[in-house]
Amino acid sequence: METKNIIIVGVGGQGTLLTSRILGGITTAAGYDVKLSEVHGMSQRGGSVVTYVRYGASVAEPIVEEGQADVLIAFERLEALRYAHFLKKDGVIIINDQRIDPITVVTGMAEYPEKIIENLSAKYKVIAVDAMEEAKKLGNPKVFNTVIIGIAARHMDFEYDKWVEVIRNTVPAKTVEMNLKAFETGYHLK
Amino acid sequence: MGEKKIMLGNAAIARGAYEAGVKVSAAYPGTPSTEISENMVQYPEIYAEWSPNEKVATEVAIGASFAGVRSMVSMKHVGVNVASDPLFTASYTGVKGGMVLVAADDPGMYSSQNEQDSRLVARTALIPVFEPSDSMEAKEFTKYAFECSEKYDTPVMIRTTTRLAHSQGVVELCDRVEVEDKPYERDIRKMVMMPGNAIPRHVFVEQRMKRMAEDGYDMPINRIEMNDTRIGVITSGIPYQYVKEAMPEASVLKLGMVNPLPRKLIEEFASKVEQVYVVEELEPHIETQVRAWGIDAKGKELLTVQGEYSANLLRERLLGIKVETDEPKKVPARPPILCPGCPHRSVFSVLNQLKIHAAGDIGCYTLGAVAPLSVIDTTVCMGSSISTLHGMEKAKGKDYIKNWVAVIGDSTFLHTGVNSLMNMVYNKGTGTVIILDNSTTGMTGHQDHAATGKTLMGEPTYAINIAGLCRAMGIESVHEIDAFDIEGLAKLIREEVAKDEISVIITKSPCVLLKTTKVTGVCHAVPEKCKKCGMCLKPGCPAIIRQPDGTILIDDTMCNGCGLCMKRCKFGAIVKEEF
Repeated sequence: METKNIIIVGVGGQGTLLTSRILGGITTAAGYDVKLSEVHGMSQRGGSVVTYVRYGASVAEPIVEEGQADVLIAFERLEALRYAHFLKKDGVIIINDQRIDPITVVTGMAEYPEKIIENLSAKYKVIAVDAMEEAKKLGNPKVFNTVIIGIAARHMDFEYDKWVEVIRNTVPAKTVEMNLKAFETGYHLK
Repeated sequence: MGEKKIMLGNAAIARGAYEAGVKVSAAYPGTPSTEISENMVQYPEIYAEWSPNEKVATEVAIGASFAGVRSMVSMKHVGVNVASDPLFTASYTGVKGGMVLVAADDPGMYSSQNEQDSRLVARTALIPVFEPSDSMEAKEFTKYAFECSEKYDTPVMIRTTTRLAHSQGVVELCDRVEVEDKPYERDIRKMVMMPGNAIPRHVFVEQRMKRMAEDGYDMPINRIEMNDTRIGVITSGIPYQYVKEAMPEASVLKLGMVNPLPRKLIEEFASKVEQVYVVEELEPHIETQVRAWGIDAKGKELLTVQGEYSANLLRERLLGIKVETDEPKKVPARPPILCPGCPHRSVFSVLNQLKIHAAGDIGCYTLGAVAPLSVIDTTVCMGSSISTLHGMEKAKGKDYIKNWVAVIGDSTFLHTGVNSLMNMVYNKGTGTVIILDNSTTGMTGHQDHAATGKTLMGEPTYAINIAGLCRAMGIESVHEIDAFDIEGLAKLIREEVAKDEISVIITKSPCVLLKTTKVTGVCHAVPEKCKKCGMCLKPGCPAIIRQPDGTILIDDTMCNGCGLCMKRCKFGAIVKEEF
């Protein structure tokens, strides 16, 4: 099988690591060769972060390069725009429709771009969801990233029960039920 | 071989140490090496500690090795500088129990102040270097490094880079093999390095490196993958993966041991291919030696000594294939910033208001250099803030630093800042030192240190009293204050910088990301009271969003309720909802 490439982008602190680890878990459980590349350290402090997930029969490099991603999962609108050129021509973007101003915007040095989702939709297949709103409805905004995984799962070929098992084994024990609810919400979101 | 597991490169190194029978591990946290120690604690057979700095950690590992057990010490590349004093002489003493030092380089400087290449340090220190290229190799090379350490009587460096350390790959687990402790024998010719003993040891070291270079010819970690003979690539580590991705047809000499280089193997490989390329990130460590042997190898003339490589870079520079991709969009930059509720922001907002310059240090608070806080003027290395300020005073006199302070975190202070403070006391400095005590090593992901009262293995322990330590040095003006008491802090800083004596201000407020820090509420904007003055925006909190009409909105999912913005607002347009 040809190697599948996923990139997850967001703002440091949003939990991209947990998401990539869940994807790593599901692909490993399915018997694939898998590589993930993560960002630790300074960028985790509110900077732009990107993690890569690659799986297939045999994976060499651990990073996804420009023009190679099958799926781009963006936890924030501006970050979707920043990394859109990593997508293949027929690639899919899943966007958490949330705005977090970078410090350059807060200080007035730059403007936050308008109509990001509309512009990206002209070129790519875009699925935009306010996952934060969904997570708030569940009572814990922090699990918005698991709502996103639920959406992504619908576009991937792994069984629902497998996802549940991997989430159970990956997230902190105290948050299992909340995360499973969030996954279910995302999975069934219209 | 047993169970398969997906593991971070760093976790795989810890696993390798476990399987190799390691009993002692020491380290100071540093990206990208930190998770090695964090993963050690899951193995009860290993004693693992955070030491205050890399020099101490290395000496702990040396002591464990002298006592006859296998030991590991791990650090980031700049930590190797701190550790270099014991390391260079451990090269001479060699080992009893096997000893491995992990040096984690950071090409591209994701979280570092420089881009130095640890292979060159090892070359100067005359110690061997093994370089794995994925998680599985990280584990296996670690085990092999312990074998070689004992076989050749040398510490062995495992060199990783950020991309290896922080990538996950599939690893097959093995059982731990217990290694019998080496019996202790007093042997001062080997373990007391004074001139009469060190002179013959240096002869031994040179012979050892020669022997390893020769044995490298058939070491299992070096291998030739013969393919199309038009291109032959010599590579190692993560760049090997880029080579396999970009040029799967090429012949490859994959080096697991990158110091000393196995000359015979390299010459044999070079003789079988038409054009030799050397693909290595950072310095041309392999390339310069290979070329010195008369092999016409191409490398840095086409590639670069800066940043990380990629398969696309190799396609473009070595194969002349331009990979067509969409242009990146021009979007506002998103550099890292202090978190909402960070106590450093509060201290920096006060310094900014007082127009005071800060000699800075290494930690999250280095971010105080950039707008809008713009407080830190200098940052060099761990512990440098205090000594840099002292140097300024000695150069220009005490009045010159009346609008300066040194700022340093608690963990960094205990790392090497404490030496600088001793120097300031001893040499009659009058600087003001602010210790930003957030009760953790923050930037690297919240590790304990000598003043937190908890060990790496989670046991309660003595907590060094930082204020008491400063007083014990003879400093009379030592103050502790809440970082969010902005009025009290402003008054205190004004008074202390004006004094003709050394003073220490310890701002005590825990990192907001610590699990033990209780968030007490959340702030909300009251738009009808807002005068659009922008005072609340000045500290640069990312939870505050400026609306198109000039009023502000506070993102309640990000706000940690520190109340700094509320204290800055003169119009009561921000209120805090207590939980």
